[in-house]
Amino acid sequence: MTASIRPAVGAPHARIWGVGGYRPVRVVPNSELIERIDSSDEWIQSRSGIKTRRWANDEETVAEMSIAAAGKALAHAGISADQVGCVIVSTVTHLKQTPAIATEIAYRLGAGGGRAAAFDVSAACAGFCYGLTLANDLIRGGSAEYVLVIGVERLSDLTNPDDRGTAFIFGDGAGAVVVGPSDVPGIGPVVWGSDGSNSEAIEQTESWEELRDNAEATFPTLRMEGQKVFRWAVWEMAKVCKEALDAAGVAVGELDAFIPHQANMRITDAMIKALQLPAEVPVARDIAESGNTSAASIPLAMERMLETGEAPSGGTALVMGFGAGLVYAGQVITLP
Amino acid sequence: MASQEEILAGLAEIVNEIAGTEVEDVQLDKSFTEDLDIDSLSMVEVVVAAEEKFDVKIPDDDVKGLRTVGDAVNYILNASGK
Repeated sequence: MTASIRPAVGAPHARIWGVGGYRPVRVVPNSELIERIDSSDEWIQSRSGIKTRRWANDEETVAEMSIAAAGKALAHAGISADQVGCVIVSTVTHLKQTPAIATEIAYRLGAGGGRAAAFDVSAACAGFCYGLTLANDLIRGGSAEYVLVIGVERLSDLTNPDDRGTAFIFGDGAGAVVVGPSDVPGIGPVVWGSDGSNSEAIEQTESWEELRDNAEATFPTLRMEGQKVFRWAVWEMAKVCKEALDAAGVAVGELDAFIPHQANMRITDAMIKALQLPAEVPVARDIAESGNTSAASIPLAMERMLETGEAPSGGTALVMGFGAGLVYAGQVITLP
Repeated sequence: MASQEEILAGLAEIVNEIAGTEVEDVQLDKSFTEDLDIDSLSMVEVVVAAEEKFDVKIPDDDVKGLRTVGDAVNYILNASGK
């Protein structure tokens, strides 16, 4: 006899209740990087909009930065760690593959009494939006009441200081949000996907196997085909932004903020044009001071826009992540 | 199919939109990088816009060969004739 199984009961909707970030102490200006790539501050700024980035020191580990960011997000949400049922950590720069860093973070935060479900997500610069999608569905599906989504990177560990295409791009940091139940929709339908035919467009140079087997292999760094990625981002990703707005039934003029992944200021500017975003809609430009922090960039930029008053709490924002994979995800959200 | 003059005029509009260069300065003999203030990233934007406008495909490998406006006009002319 087939027993009847009681289904999980979730919340009607979910939204972000709090956001927090951690920026490493050390500020690295372009002037520190230009000699090794035979470049100039002006050239870096014109190609990327980046003036400085933060690089983590030995104490600012993936776990420490995550815990600091998550603590701020919980305080902002007014939620205790005890109430968190799941911790999702999106990162591509935690250099120990097993176990997931999420379990240590959940335990040290005391998430769910230190026993919350916890796992890592590998979706590069789309990782925050992937994590947000999972959190939304976990809450609505009844698997967790509150979910912590953390995007954290130490990209300086995988940066080649002699690569003219990437040496100045990457930064370190962590951003976290607390997602929880809501009576009204606070996270719109996700528009997401991947393009594995371009998996080599942004990649780790050597695999761990090559590092083990080839005596001449050097420690891996990240390599990027800049123009290919730029073309994909300005053309395909602007379309994804439009689809995410359409899916949520929100007009571009109704946005209170546009918070794209901080990949390159030129990509952001091209997206604004393609979206025909009205000039009065505030746009995240955190990349100027933070560089590209991959999975951390959107929550870090969100926190800054709320702190500076550029974007209003409770306002409507479009978030959009895209990166190595290639992968992408975008959705309309209510700001915490 | 667009004529050479139409393609030049269309490209001039695109370059004006992306780099702010005066439309009349966009002439066949002008170099994108040296005369029109188009760097490699802006060139990608020009190419993406031209693909849309003229319904052609310009692969990344071919973009490197488009030094002058004339190179681009001829490329689009050939590509749209196929």
